[in-house]
Amino acid sequence: MRYAETGYNLEIDLATGNIERVETDPRLMELHLGGLGTNVKMHWDRVPPETKAFDPENLLIFSTGLLNGTPAYSANRTLVTFISPQSHLLAYPMMGGFWSAELKYAGYDKVIFRNKSPKLVYIWINNDKVEIRDATHLKGKGALETQDLIREELKEPRAQVAAIGLAGENRVFTASIEQGRSSASRLGGGAVMGDKNIKAVAVRGTKDVYLARGAEFMQLMEEVTEYINFRNTNPIPDVMTILSGIGSPQEMKHTDEKWHTENFMWGNARTRRRDFWNKKNEENWTSTQLESITRLISCFNCPQQCGALVSPEGVSRYMMKCFGKLTYSMAAYVDDLGFNFRILQRATEYGVDSFSTPQILAFAVELYEAGILTDKDFEGCPPDKEGRFFWLLDRVARREGIGDILADGVYYAARKIGKGAEKFDHNTIKKHEQLPLKLGMLDPIYFLMYSTNEKISITQIEGNFPQSAFPTREQREAFVKDWIQVPDERFKQYILDWEPRGDHAIPYFPTPEMCSEIVDWMEMLHNIDDALGLCAGMSSFCLKPPYHIHNYPKLISAATGMDIDEAGLKKIVNRSRNLHRAFNNERGLRRADEKPPEDHWKRRFPELEEKLLSTYYKFKGWNLDGVPTRERLMELDLGYVAEDLEKRGILEVGKN
Amino acid sequence: MAKIKKKIKTIKVDADKCNGCRACEIVCSGYHSTPKYSSINPARSRIHVISHRMKNIWLPVFAGEYAPAECMGRDKYVIDGKEYDECSFCRASCPSRDFFKEPDSGLPLKCDMCESDPPLSTPMCVQKCLNNVLTYEEREEEVEEEEVKVEDVETGLGSMIPARQTWTSDCIIGVYSLT
Repeated sequence: MRYAETGYNLEIDLATGNIERVETDPRLMELHLGGLGTNVKMHWDRVPPETKAFDPENLLIFSTGLLNGTPAYSANRTLVTFISPQSHLLAYPMMGGFWSAELKYAGYDKVIFRNKSPKLVYIWINNDKVEIRDATHLKGKGALETQDLIREELKEPRAQVAAIGLAGENRVFTASIEQGRSSASRLGGGAVMGDKNIKAVAVRGTKDVYLARGAEFMQLMEEVTEYINFRNTNPIPDVMTILSGIGSPQEMKHTDEKWHTENFMWGNARTRRRDFWNKKNEENWTSTQLESITRLISCFNCPQQCGALVSPEGVSRYMMKCFGKLTYSMAAYVDDLGFNFRILQRATEYGVDSFSTPQILAFAVELYEAGILTDKDFEGCPPDKEGRFFWLLDRVARREGIGDILADGVYYAARKIGKGAEKFDHNTIKKHEQLPLKLGMLDPIYFLMYSTNEKISITQIEGNFPQSAFPTREQREAFVKDWIQVPDERFKQYILDWEPRGDHAIPYFPTPEMCSEIVDWMEMLHNIDDALGLCAGMSSFCLKPPYHIHNYPKLISAATGMDIDEAGLKKIVNRSRNLHRAFNNERGLRRADEKPPEDHWKRRFPELEEKLLSTYYKFKGWNLDGVPTRERLMELDLGYVAEDLEKRGILEVGKN
Repeated sequence: MAKIKKKIKTIKVDADKCNGCRACEIVCSGYHSTPKYSSINPARSRIHVISHRMKNIWLPVFAGEYAPAECMGRDKYVIDGKEYDECSFCRASCPSRDFFKEPDSGLPLKCDMCESDPPLSTPMCVQKCLNNVLTYEEREEEVEEEEVKVEDVETGLGSMIPARQTWTSDCIIGVYSLT
């Protein structure tokens, strides 16, 4: 009997149409839990470093997390892994929604796609019956539209469908995989899905997921529920609204966007508008949002309401998620939020990442204004800001004209366009567009997170540690008083000693050693979430969340029957994290790649930054080039990884 | 005939508040598994959230009486411009659809208000719905005592079906508030 996990994967060879239900090794859960952990292991075992994103050998894996389908609130993330066409590294965007739980109930932990289908297909997983079905009639259909068309065609309104739109079909590097109110957007999963000729994956399941010690699990969930209720009625004081609660981060519930609009950059991560949130704009943004919302909605088994069904004037209904609600307006310098709500409908149907894509469009506008792109490139483009963005979005999704170049993202487009366009690529890390943030003083914690994490996207790396020092001693004392989530009491002292200005302020405080510990804590928790399929909004992505390192081992033990303590859990996610790092090292990732954009902070400290990186590497058990040492790998039962790194000359035998 | 007091149990459904998370289905299936919470499977749940996201329909429906045959005709409601699927508001486990049937055996499922000894404060779905969509209410009514004739008592396989518990006719579930 397998608990929490189903113990089976679906292996689908798209070239031959062969489908197999494969029993998995129970030891994999003990070594890597599930979700991201077991996915990384599978890529390590099966995808050699020479494989490129659009090679048939690139695996595309849809995975559940270990706790999906159990009564753990907010365990609903679907994880998608593949070699990214943008970064050429192992990407792992995730989505909430309902898909992963349904897959568990259908009796599978993962769906593994290899090779390419000769024509456009969709997959229909209905418990034990799995079909590869023709999807030529769905070619060009919207990502959202496709989900309902498939449900109708199958006469199964309860099927959960993950689909791509035109952008995925056209292998746009920022193409997303859309599902209900969620999407796996970052790093081009939609492009890999489109390259494999998969329009959608539909799933319906009516089987059991077993809990080893169910009554105990429910008892533990009682405490979690109590804390959720407590946090929902006790927002954290002295921080911005958006950071005060739990959830991800309830963007559709809050209308107060002072923080995003005045602290994040507009245009191509270019201009900070410190006085944007005036009365007029606040009224426009608040009323636009409230008038558009038809209903606040959640993902599977989650009491929060981070998303919304929206019906903006003049466009079809769709479901709004997260920060996308303002990225297009900000990138296009359009003060009216209504524009964002309108263009996002089209962007969702095309299926594109709403972090990267608006920046790509803004980058194109900048190049045009600088004379690097010309009227010829913009032939037929309306002159107004809004029209221009719609026009550019169409070109990118269709890969037409200049859109074909832009569709590869800012990094590659800049190099292809040349003529100085490279200078306008000022907001990518590892070839991937980042949040539009440009700040004053180097932040050592964020420096490390931006530089080193395998996720290559700051959202969902950060979270448990406050983003800045509290101004007064009283505020700090109040914050640490009931901070039950800390892995170690010393973190409380860091907060107490951390000041906005002076000797105990950034960039020199927290010290590199402290920063390493803080970053390690945050990424550890994200890695646990990503293995369990837990929404970061209820754990690693927010302050004082309901799930943390102290209750996770108990929940995992009760669900799986595998008794595990904090040290054991930390070891598992460290193992998976180091395996992921080694996988990316084999694909060329080195220290030289680990740097935020030059203008990310105005005030930079090269020596300190080098020290931060070296200290963090040492803390992680990596050599100065960011590669795990043999010693570290042996501690984590990854001797086979050390051997491979040595065989390839990435680690020197006898050294490191 | 003597008057007796009967307890009426109601779950009020404020469908406007439903965010479609299906926590009710999860806990229902866990509570009714043996041993309790040993397995989770919404298909075994006695509550089902009928949803059509783009139509703004999220409608929790509880499993009611088993119907051996389909109705002669079907109903279809349009409320505030929203067209609900056929039989959406019907609670029956019925041959016309696969709602409220054990996925393995096909036997009908029926909400039992989580009746247990000692009794729960409220049914589990009500407890686990943190958005207060479901409200449990109880009241007493005086009714005439019915005489049960020996020939009316069900025997054979039919009586084994868990859905045929005699007390459930006292329950009303589903006072809907919709827009």
